[in-house]
Amino acid sequence: MLLSASARADALNMPVGVSETSRIVYDLHMLILWICVVIGIGVFGVILWSIIHHRKSAGHQPASFHENTRLEIVWTLIPVLILIGMAWPATTTLIDMYDTGGEDMTVEVRGYQWRWQYKYLDEDLNSQFSFFSNLATPAEEIQGQAAKGQYYLLEVDNPLRIPVDRKVRFLLTAEDVIHAWWVPDFGMKKDAIPGMLNEMWTRVDEPGIYRGQCAELCGKDHAFMPVVVQAMPQEEFDAWYAEQLQAAKAREEALSKTFTEQELMAEGQKVYNSFCSSCHQPNGQGMPPVFPAIAGSPVATGPKEDHIDIVLNGVPGTAMQAFGRQLDAAQIAAVVHYERHAFGNNTGDTTQPADVVARQQAQQ
Amino acid sequence: MSEVVVTHHDEHHDHGPAKGLARWLFTTNHKDIGTLYLWFSFIMLLVGGVLALVIRTELFQPGLQFVTPEFFNQMTTMHGLIMIFGAIMPAFVGLANWMVPMMIGAPDMALPRLNNLSFWLVALAMTMLVSTLFMEGGGPNFGWTAYPPLSTTYGPDSTTFFIFSVHLAGASSILGAINIIATILNMRAPGMTLMKLPMFVWGWLITAYLLLAVMPVLAGAITMALFDMHFGTSFFNAAGGGDPVLYQHVFWFFGHPEVYIMILPAFGIVSQIIPTFARKPLFGYDSMVYAIASIAFLSFIVWAHHMFTVGMPLAGQLFFMYATMLIAVPTGVKIFNWTATMWRGSMTFETPMLFAIAFVVLFSIGGFSGLMLAIVPADFQYHDSYFVVAHFHYVLVPGALFSIIAAVYYWLPKWCGRMYDETLGKLHFWLSFIGVNVLFFPQHFVGLAGMPRRIPDYSLQFADFNMVSSIGAYIFGFAQLVFLYVLIKAIRSGEPATDRVWEGARGLEWTLPSPAPYHSFTTPPKVVESEAHT
Repeated sequence: MLLSASARADALNMPVGVSETSRIVYDLHMLILWICVVIGIGVFGVILWSIIHHRKSAGHQPASFHENTRLEIVWTLIPVLILIGMAWPATTTLIDMYDTGGEDMTVEVRGYQWRWQYKYLDEDLNSQFSFFSNLATPAEEIQGQAAKGQYYLLEVDNPLRIPVDRKVRFLLTAEDVIHAWWVPDFGMKKDAIPGMLNEMWTRVDEPGIYRGQCAELCGKDHAFMPVVVQAMPQEEFDAWYAEQLQAAKAREEALSKTFTEQELMAEGQKVYNSFCSSCHQPNGQGMPPVFPAIAGSPVATGPKEDHIDIVLNGVPGTAMQAFGRQLDAAQIAAVVHYERHAFGNNTGDTTQPADVVARQQAQQ
Repeated sequence: MSEVVVTHHDEHHDHGPAKGLARWLFTTNHKDIGTLYLWFSFIMLLVGGVLALVIRTELFQPGLQFVTPEFFNQMTTMHGLIMIFGAIMPAFVGLANWMVPMMIGAPDMALPRLNNLSFWLVALAMTMLVSTLFMEGGGPNFGWTAYPPLSTTYGPDSTTFFIFSVHLAGASSILGAINIIATILNMRAPGMTLMKLPMFVWGWLITAYLLLAVMPVLAGAITMALFDMHFGTSFFNAAGGGDPVLYQHVFWFFGHPEVYIMILPAFGIVSQIIPTFARKPLFGYDSMVYAIASIAFLSFIVWAHHMFTVGMPLAGQLFFMYATMLIAVPTGVKIFNWTATMWRGSMTFETPMLFAIAFVVLFSIGGFSGLMLAIVPADFQYHDSYFVVAHFHYVLVPGALFSIIAAVYYWLPKWCGRMYDETLGKLHFWLSFIGVNVLFFPQHFVGLAGMPRRIPDYSLQFADFNMVSSIGAYIFGFAQLVFLYVLIKAIRSGEPATDRVWEGARGLEWTLPSPAPYHSFTTPPKVVESEAHT
């Protein structure tokens, strides 16, 4: 009971964090906070004293002074000195935060409505790979139909992994609207802006899982695109990295495979729930007029090629994104097949990766 | 000259207000227009307040209970727009309309027909803005700042109406500003030199220049957005050679002075009220004027502190950090001067004074968090978190709004000739004071602990403080209904007010009868030293 109460107790202050920078930022925050508290106590104390003692009901007669040049100069100059005292550590910290050089590795962070994509950049293009990081909290918890877990809204399917004690440089950008990537424990956030490239860095010194959120309003599911980073020892990280490279190769091979209907439906449902259901809804009913229904839609019951094209290229000027840049041909084939055979739709055809590849080539 | 004025006065001796609706539609009288502005802004305050209560109700507990995320985003956007352009700004214009001519000894505003147009423009603008909520696809849902591409490529169809209504509200503000400047510079009674102007008039004079300078900049920003949406330009689209961050620079070049447009008149009001109830002249009149002027100047060179996380070069970050920190100096001077005015005074604590003292204390708290936000490395943590929400609400609610409420209590007896109920006024104050702190203080904590702003649902560690905050919102909302009751009661059946109203009141407006006649100072008054400024 006591334990659960303390686990739920709200945090009051900025986290100290797990990097040198975050600790310096915390110290700076506490320094200015205490300066403000001391000045506040002083000024409010004078006001309170005045309210108590200099009131008419206490018989106090008004004085008539209305200026004092020396006093006014003093209370102009002293704040200037205090400000200089604050600006000095702020400047040195900022210069250090801007030093993004000398990194051990680089991760590209790309914001989408409403998920993050992480890409490990490497000079050898064969050892690069990328993946998406989606909210893992089930809709039932959000809708109040299931008990909320400990990491409600702060859990993802694939967290970003980084090694500890390494200077990791992040390159931030976005695909659609402006997002902001924020992990409070790292002591910094930065905007991810479509068509622009921002950078920042961190060096985490404790293994662990660190959680944050998108900080820039990015549309309806702004609250539902958490950032989760797992910092791990270098050896563990290397093992995981090699595993991911293998998996990426396997996915590439899947592009030339032919799947059974069951396989397509299973994979399609998975993709649909991660990428489509936030707008078109888990039951395919959408939210007209902004987000049309899949159930009974002319696209999902019409020609297969048109359906593939819309998923590949999106619909310009609407919220429908071009998923050709987010999903591979096998995933798109599966989700198109799923949409044509779920929610009461039944076109009776099958969609294979080869169909998607054919459309991609036809458009190039 | 005075003979001419007297003749003019005699000709219009029985010239009272027109009857019925026509009086309000076609009026060119500064008092009528002031009344229109004030009631309009009060209605907008209630509308914007209801939207805020929708927000706080959804945030009462984690999970989505009452509204969808899309509708929630419309609520945050419309709440901000309505409160800024519909409530706070028109309320200050209403106060200026009523009080500036009476405080400087002028018969009316310099440009009365323009005055009528300014009011009806902003009324039309706000009606159009609110109507977007009922359009297909919903109202604007991208925050009041309307950053592209969320507002352009990804915005709802009603965005065009949003842009049009902000244009109209901006035109209204520009016309109003021209009118106020023309009135103050040309229509002061003989002997009312600039350095004898009441502080409220000084605050508004400088505010009016800020409005003139920046409303066209806002118009430019949203016009470029409009062109991006409909005419194929790419001002804010990187794919077409533009830059989404350009919008933010232009917007905040308007946006930061806009913040001071909403606070400099408040400084003026508080500088009128505190001396009255401390029965002691304002401390440091000259330095108050210079402080307002310095703050106004600095407001033009700090805009990028709203965008420290967009990835500016180091030198830019440092410049905007230093310039922002500098604002603390003139602001500190003002706080110290108000404190020194109270010091060794003979204070009484009628409702206007209570709101004014609460202003000084709570606005200072907003100033402190503002100083913290200026420190760039720490701002990387604070930015776009609830800490920012707490900060600007402390500046705008117990800051700007409290000053407006204080002004209404202070001058209401002069407007309607009747006193408000002091007991109910104090009840309104204490409910507001407690409510506003319960509402906004916990938001500092959730912000520091990592809760982003503009989210309809949050993780569990923020639950307790959000519930407290929502309870504060209900208290504060209810308190404003008490305010409405106090006003109606005073106007209909309040005790008759004396001409001077307050024992310590100084200034030309208090030399007029209560209620102030429909046409006042048709002959310029003689400005005597004791009424010159307080």
